[in-house]
Amino acid sequence: MNPELQGRVFERTPGYLVGREKIREFSKAVFSTSPLNFDVEAARAAGYADLVAPPTFSVVVQELTLAQLLSAPDAGIDFSRVVHSDQRFTSTRPIVAGDELTAVLTVSSVKVLAGNALVTAESRIEDTAGEHVVTAVSTLVVRAE
Amino acid sequence: MGIDFSALSVGDVVGEHEFTLSRDSLVRYAGASGDFNPIHYRDDVATSVGLDGVLAHGMLTMGMAVQPIIEWIGDPALIDDYGVRFTRPVLVDPMSGALVQVTAKVGQLDAEAGTARIDIVATAAGATVLGKAQVRVHAPRAADPASADSAAGPGAA
Repeated sequence: MNPELQGRVFERTPGYLVGREKIREFSKAVFSTSPLNFDVEAARAAGYADLVAPPTFSVVVQELTLAQLLSAPDAGIDFSRVVHSDQRFTSTRPIVAGDELTAVLTVSSVKVLAGNALVTAESRIEDTAGEHVVTAVSTLVVRAE
Repeated sequence: MGIDFSALSVGDVVGEHEFTLSRDSLVRYAGASGDFNPIHYRDDVATSVGLDGVLAHGMLTMGMAVQPIIEWIGDPALIDDYGVRFTRPVLVDPMSGALVQVTAKVGQLDAEAGTARIDIVATAAGATVLGKAQVRVHAPRAADPASADSAAGPGAA
C-alpha cells in the first residue's frame, strides 16, 4: 500500500441517475418497510418530489469512487486483503429518485502499522446544481501479506 | 409525522427488530448494491481466505440496522449522520441463515438544539456485530420536506 496516496483527490465520477426501481430494489434488500421508499404517492404526500432512498443508498455511488481508488495503478492495494472497518454517512438531504449524482473521492489519511494499512476515503456526493447531498466516509484496512 | 423530542429520555428504546438473513438475502443485497465480493455467496472462496464461512455484507447489516429508527422517526430527512464500526462478521449458514437482533436507544439528547443521538445495538449469535453504531437525528424543522412550512422538498421541480 502506497502511503503517498494520502491527500490524493480522484476525478469526479460520471453522473449517476437515481432510478425509482433501483430505490425499490435497494430498499427491499435492506429490509425497509417505509412507504417513502416504495410508494410515489406516499413520498409526494410527505413533501418529496419522488421516491426517497434509504440512508445507506449512497453506497451505490460511493462504490464507483472506491473502484477508482482500488484500481489506481500506483495504489498497491490487493482487493482480497481489504477489510471494511468503519462507515459513515453525513447528509444534507435524502437522495430522491431523479437525482443525478456525481462524487469526488479524497484519500484523507493513510496510516501504516506493522505492515497493515489503514486508509480513510471520503466521497463527497453532489447533485447537478453542485449542492452537497451526502458525504460517505469509509475506513479500510489493507492487511499485510 | 411528529416525534416530541421534549418527551424523550436518555435510555428510551425507540425501535427494536429481529431480521432473519438467508443466503438469498445476501444475493439480493449483492445485486442491489453492486458489491459482488464472492465471500458473500461462495463457501469455497470464503474458507480459502480463512473465514469460517459466507458472511453478510457489513453494509447490509448497516442498512438493516437503521430501519427501526426510520420507522420511529418517519421522515428520513431528520437523519443527519449515521456511522458504524464493523466489529464482528455475521456468518450466514446455508440452511438456517442468521438472526440479527437490533435495538435502538436514545444515547444523548440536546433539547435546545432539538437533536438526539440514537445508539444501535446489533447482535448475531450472541455477539455484537456493530460498534459505535450511532445515528444523529434532529427534530422536524421548517426546512424539512415533511414540515407543513416547507414549500418544496428535496428534488422538488
